[in-house]
Amino acid sequence: MNMMDGYNFAYLDEATKRMIRRAILKAVAIPGHQIPFGAREMPLPYGWGTGGIQVTASILGPGDTLKVIDQGSDDTTNAISIRRFFTRVAGVATTERTAEASIIQTRHRIPERPLREDQILVYQVPQPEPLYRLEPRRAETKRLHALADYGLMHVRLYEDIARLGHIAKAYDYPVMVNGRYLMSPSPIPAFDNPKMDRMPALQLFGAGREKRIYAIPPYTEVRSLDFEDHPFRPIRAPAACALCRSTDTYLDEVITDDAGGRMFVCSDTDFCAERRAAAAPQEAAE
Amino acid sequence: MYVAVKGGERAISAAHAWLEETRRGDPAVPELSVAQIEQQMALAVDRVMAEGSCHDRFLAALALKQAKGDLIEAAFLLRAYRTTLPRFGASEPLDTARMRLRRRISATYKDLPGGQVLGPTFDYTHRLLDFALAAEGVERARAPEAPAPVAETPRVTELLAREGLMQRETPGDAEPGDLTRQPLAFPAARDVRLQNLARGDEGFLLALGYSTQRGYGHAHPFVGELRVGHVTVEFTPPELGFPVELGEIAVTECQMVNQFKGSRTEPAQFTRGYGLVFGHGERRAMAMALVDRALRAQELGEDITAPAQDAEFVLYHSDNIEATGFVEHLKLPHYVDFQSELENLRTIRRSAEAALAEAAE
Repeated sequence: MNMMDGYNFAYLDEATKRMIRRAILKAVAIPGHQIPFGAREMPLPYGWGTGGIQVTASILGPGDTLKVIDQGSDDTTNAISIRRFFTRVAGVATTERTAEASIIQTRHRIPERPLREDQILVYQVPQPEPLYRLEPRRAETKRLHALADYGLMHVRLYEDIARLGHIAKAYDYPVMVNGRYLMSPSPIPAFDNPKMDRMPALQLFGAGREKRIYAIPPYTEVRSLDFEDHPFRPIRAPAACALCRSTDTYLDEVITDDAGGRMFVCSDTDFCAERRAAAAPQEAAE
Repeated sequence: MYVAVKGGERAISAAHAWLEETRRGDPAVPELSVAQIEQQMALAVDRVMAEGSCHDRFLAALALKQAKGDLIEAAFLLRAYRTTLPRFGASEPLDTARMRLRRRISATYKDLPGGQVLGPTFDYTHRLLDFALAAEGVERARAPEAPAPVAETPRVTELLAREGLMQRETPGDAEPGDLTRQPLAFPAARDVRLQNLARGDEGFLLALGYSTQRGYGHAHPFVGELRVGHVTVEFTPPELGFPVELGEIAVTECQMVNQFKGSRTEPAQFTRGYGLVFGHGERRAMAMALVDRALRAQELGEDITAPAQDAEFVLYHSDNIEATGFVEHLKLPHYVDFQSELENLRTIRRSAEAALAEAAE
């Protein structure tokens, strides 16, 4: 802790936290709408989750229990680094168990275990603007959002269907929030999109480099864009987890040799470990 | 059984320990002091100060030492420190006419009030490696010193403006914007644009400025004036109501004189491109002035045809701390997204192969 003497609880000063909390309140009031905020330079690089870190720092209290995941796992290097950061600057309790966490900061995944009302999910967002590949000018996309003019995106999805027979967006799949704003769910796999819909937990999204915050309040409708004759379908590897045998979770593909050998394991390491723990006594009894 | 990679925590600690070891290098070679860096790598220190957006030579030198000489990493360290400092207000506008000059040149006049002062410049040096420098401890002759001019040195652009030939900037009473507090929004006002450029990546500014000289934009620039030196910073505390001197900072200022054909409402006159940066940074100040002028295209009713004139393109991509972060974050694991793409590609290929097989039957 000695090196962090002289820094405020959770690194940011209170005035900055208040500014960020105001942006969060605004974001909650207008679900899916991007709120510009005066993002600060953080001691971790842009692209490493500075937006999520600032949101977490602003809502974190001494009584919170923090879980940090990257690619679904608590043990990936960046997740460890961010967890360490908060241990160092806030001294809060941390956990790897989804059920025990009050705040979960995530990059690229939503935990498999359904979240509760007393939990907050904080997403790290690289690019908050869902239309940016179609219209790079933010002055213009702002106008499109104001007019709810999302024809560009529908055309883009339609072109996929015309060319490939189905929508070829596998992650960062655009969603409509509360029937009003088109929103980037961050680069989570499309498989995770349905979990956002009417989630009991508050979902906060922080984009540090792009200086935007947005939110999905609890129980808000979140619909993945699709067409009546081409309904949205989540993608996952058609396999079972080699460790816990789950067939309905998102799987990572692990290359095991250079002769085409591979196995699939749960991306959510906590979920997988819990399933194995629950199954172990039964197996022992058999 | 092979299980997904574990043990990241120990690996990180070991990697950082190794980094620290390589930073120090061979222990048989004497360690660099921060003072040595500050004195002898002065221009690197100035660049870190400018891009780190924090005027503190000691901290910039320390950052350079910690960053193993990586300028962007050093600027990042300084920015991350700067962000924790309280902001207590905006200073009075700097009066660069009263600059304590080390260098002042004009390319538009042979001689002018205040004179041409070359100062410590690489210009006119022959770029031949000085092998004598490889030997340490050799006494070097001191440069001859002339008495400093006492009078104020008027700005060249001001001389032109008095004649009506140089467009005057409209003075504003409002506190200038601060994009470290309020995020960029478009259209971006000139104060914010200039702040963005002043801390922008030197290489990016240089390339953009260069592009305006090669036909990407309508630049016809002259260096009206380039000056390097120290200026006094004044601040008016609200409880006092009058300005007090806080100290001096080192800056480089460049005023580019550019042609302007005039419009229906304005007669033909010169327009200004402005560059002001921390420390001694002539290349940076000049490039900034070129880009500033290019970004005024819309305001001056010029066609926007080139990248340097496109405010969103320039201002969103000038910050090297943001840029390096986002480029380098590609090193972070992306296997969840990649897995989705894999399955997606396999599905597309399967349906294409099925269609081909069907067609063949």
